[in-house]
Amino acid sequence: MAKFVKTGKKSVKALNTSSLPDIVFMILFFFMAVTTMRETEVMVTVRIPDATEGKVLEKKSLASFIYIGEPLEAFQALYGSEPKIQLNDTFKEIADIQDFIAQEREQLNEADKTKMLVVLKIDRDTKMDQYKAVLTDGFCFSR
Amino acid sequence: MADIAFLLLIFFLAATTMDSDTGLMRQLPAIPDPNVPQDVNKINDRNILEVKVNKDNLLLVEGQLTEFNQLREIAHDFILNATDEPNMPEKEVVNIPFFGNVAITKAVISLQNDIGTKYGVYIAVQNELIAARTELRDNLSRQEFGIPYEKLDEERKGAIDDFFKVPISEAEPKRIGGDQ
Repeated sequence: MAKFVKTGKKSVKALNTSSLPDIVFMILFFFMAVTTMRETEVMVTVRIPDATEGKVLEKKSLASFIYIGEPLEAFQALYGSEPKIQLNDTFKEIADIQDFIAQEREQLNEADKTKMLVVLKIDRDTKMDQYKAVLTDGFCFSR
Repeated sequence: MADIAFLLLIFFLAATTMDSDTGLMRQLPAIPDPNVPQDVNKINDRNILEVKVNKDNLLLVEGQLTEFNQLREIAHDFILNATDEPNMPEKEVVNIPFFGNVAITKAVISLQNDIGTKYGVYIAVQNELIAARTELRDNLSRQEFGIPYEKLDEERKGAIDDFFKVPISEAEPKRIGGDQ
């Protein structure tokens, strides 16, 4: 039978773990500071125009977002640098907006359907014709 | 150390707000029924403040080239028409709760953009116009109820809204300024 012989001289010193919580906290803080919450990844540059009279959007769950702006550099090779419309996670055309809104509307429960909001996030350098097209062609059924 | 970290954690928890979106609220008008004849109410010319923006993002107010920082004041004076000028908006006596019979303005702001106008400029103009109206409502609220408009209850807010209705009408953007 083998014997475990304690050779006291060779034993490893216990690691001092008293600073471990601090390190964990540091990591926690780091991630807290770095993380931003975001449901959809925005693929266009949107510098929202400044306005002082804005009202706070209270119920985010009722809102659907439409982004219009130049595609980010990573997407420019594919989609060009002209302003594009982004619905959820993909670039779409004006004709798709109607379906998009109808779809988003379906996901709300009955009581909220009349309170639905569409939030347009449009880059400040976009020309009005894009906006006009979204309003007149995109929304014409749902008013 | 851990205690300090906890304090920090709680401080940040309390101090953080998730960045909330703010925006200008708009309700689109209903699609007109083609079978029902349109109610063509000719608005008197003196009641309309005509604001136009061209493709070079220049501002034209009542036919005058105007700087952006003047727009709010012009709109303010136009709506108020304190001295009852004949070329400024008419007033109409209406019964409003809390106020009784008062002469309210019939002013309308008409906004027309070129399709080449930048969206940022469009919003800036909207913002100035809304700001002028908000300022008037706020002043009235302080005068009448002694508190800012934002703190009023719904009924009083409604009364003030009726006092300064001032619809902002947006015409469809046109190609005013020639080629892009």
